[in-house]
Amino acid sequence: MDVLAVLSVAIRGALGPEAAIYALAAIGLNIHFGYTGLLNFGQVGFMLVGAYGTAISVLSFDAPLWVGVIVGMACAVVLALILGIPTLRLRGDYLAIATIAAAEVLRYVYRSSFAEPVTGGVFGLVQFADGLYALNPFSGPLELGPLRFSDRALWLMTVAWGTTFLAAALVWLLVHSPWGRVLRAVREDEDAARSLGKNVFAYKMQALVLGGVLGALAGSLLAINSQAITPDAFIPIITFYLWTIMILGGASRVLGPILGSIVFWFLLTFLDAFLRSAMSAGWIPGTLLVPSDIGAVRFAAVGLGLMLLMMFRPAGLIGNQKELRLDVR
Amino acid sequence: MSDDSHEELLAQRETAHDEERQREAEPSVGARRAAAALAGVANVPGVAKPDPILVADDMSRRFGGVTAVEVEHLEVQRGTITALIGPNGAGKSTFFNLITGFDKPNSGRWSFDGKDISGAPSFRIARHGMVRTFQLTKALTRLTSLENLMLGATGQRGERLLASLLRPSWARQEADIRARAEELLGRFNLTHMRDEFAGTMSGGQRKLLEMARALMVKPDMILLDEPMAGVNPALTQSLLGHIEALRDEGMTIVLVEHDMDVIMSISDWVVCFAQGQVIAEGRPDDIRRDTAVIDAYLGTHRSLQEEDPS
Ligand SMILES: Nc1ncnc2c1ncn2[C@@H]1O[C@H](COP(=O)(O)OP(=O)(O)OP(=O)(O)O)[C@@H](O)[C@H]1O
Ligand SMILES: [Mg+2]
Repeated sequence: MDVLAVLSVAIRGALGPEAAIYALAAIGLNIHFGYTGLLNFGQVGFMLVGAYGTAISVLSFDAPLWVGVIVGMACAVVLALILGIPTLRLRGDYLAIATIAAAEVLRYVYRSSFAEPVTGGVFGLVQFADGLYALNPFSGPLELGPLRFSDRALWLMTVAWGTTFLAAALVWLLVHSPWGRVLRAVREDEDAARSLGKNVFAYKMQALVLGGVLGALAGSLLAINSQAITPDAFIPIITFYLWTIMILGGASRVLGPILGSIVFWFLLTFLDAFLRSAMSAGWIPGTLLVPSDIGAVRFAAVGLGLMLLMMFRPAGLIGNQKELRLDVR
Repeated sequence: MSDDSHEELLAQRETAHDEERQREAEPSVGARRAAAALAGVANVPGVAKPDPILVADDMSRRFGGVTAVEVEHLEVQRGTITALIGPNGAGKSTFFNLITGFDKPNSGRWSFDGKDISGAPSFRIARHGMVRTFQLTKALTRLTSLENLMLGATGQRGERLLASLLRPSWARQEADIRARAEELLGRFNLTHMRDEFAGTMSGGQRKLLEMARALMVKPDMILLDEPMAGVNPALTQSLLGHIEALRDEGMTIVLVEHDMDVIMSISDWVVCFAQGQVIAEGRPDDIRRDTAVIDAYLGTHRSLQEEDPS
């Protein structure tokens, strides 16, 4: 077995554009849950409206790609308002139910046959991001020992990680301001914040919109990255990967989602490559595992890893362990 | 410790006591002002006050079959310490919840400082200048004590989403707020907890923190729901001092308290609740002799003991 090859695949996974995109969506989720305490179980819905807002603007309205990205984010604002206005005055669980349902409803609407002329139905949409690829400043691949990145991959990584770190910087500025202090107060006790004259509903709405917009931006990047989207790429499990990533890195930490995403993708691609090469080297007998099982096994292993993490570092890799030990009365 | 220094300490304490007694003997400016303002007011439930800051009318709140609050008319005189007393479950906390917008009454109108605030959301009522604390404290556990207090300041420019990104636009204000918060932490003996999470505090410390936090709002009127519960005697004494000082500065204070010694020593006016209704109100000495209050709340033993000075 070629250990170097396995490792290089894993590193490519950990640094690839998907890791950045998931980190970005998890940063949005971190604003919701980590800082404001909002239970959003439908972050993938925000990604979906972002991705389709971008693709449809370009394909149906001949808009430039950057306009499409802005349209995608505007769709997220609308979705956040629709979800937030009826639920944010109620107890937290109502938002959880509304978001999880909305994300599924959206997926079914976008894949339905009546929407097909615009959304492409189950087949989705392709070839809408040429505008970005035309700007690629990289002319050749980058080789670092066994690591090899094509110029296309380099460009996508630059854009995706650049956006993600910009978003992290934005969140850093926001949470280290009085605005962020109110947000954390809302997370701790809404009534206490109200008793001090804070308009809790408005802050929760702002947080929901902001996190949703970052989710939509991640969705746009996901669409741009693969130049193809189908509604079934936006299944509920994506939201749960995002929760995993956020908790793995450490909720209510600015860099938590980024670290979480890198570790998550490293483990996932590492296990995949490791199992595959172990299998072809004959280390794992075919009666025990067949190649088609690998996908399931690696997720089971990630789940196990998460369980161990929760037992030994319950606040996540860079979470404040002391903070977590406080009994929340 | 040598006997000498021990003696000295005792002597010091004696003089401190004497000073305290002296202070108690002659009422403060605020107490005299309050007494003068309330001089002609009769001891009947719902009586009108010369300069009311809070006026409540026909307030009622029912929980299923239980009528928790049923207040026909109640006025709170500006610049006084008004105590709410009454047996457990009399509706004192529910009344606080109603007038501060944390609970919606079945009926009722109430105004604060001349403005009708019936049905206004709680945060707006707080911004009008009427701030409350909670009987079961609501410390923001994963914020430090200092952050808890700083949150209380109103009109913070940096609390607006876009402005928050421009640190220079709020940095000065933030520094002022921090200074004020640190000063208040000191006043409430919490300086050593400055950077600790509020969740690590004891029950009594949380009471203090919550009161300090409410003061950060710079309210015109503060409603304290059992502020002294679980606070040690020495600190209770200094807390009472703070409350009186606030009154002397012109703030209106309403507090719920079960300790009759506390009530007698600091309140200018006492309102007694029972089964949701105001059954008596008046000056502390009159309330102590009020038969309705004795029957419903004090019990005969307690009141006789109080009346007999020997
Ligand atoms: N949320 C609620 N649901 C149902 N009943 C309630 C609720 N809140 C209060 N009550 C009832 O209303 C009545 C008044 O309660 P309240 O808390 O106002 O009493 P209190 O005067 O503050 O008593 P204490 O001195 O014990 O704090 C009680 O009979 C209580 O059972
Ligand atoms: Mg009570």
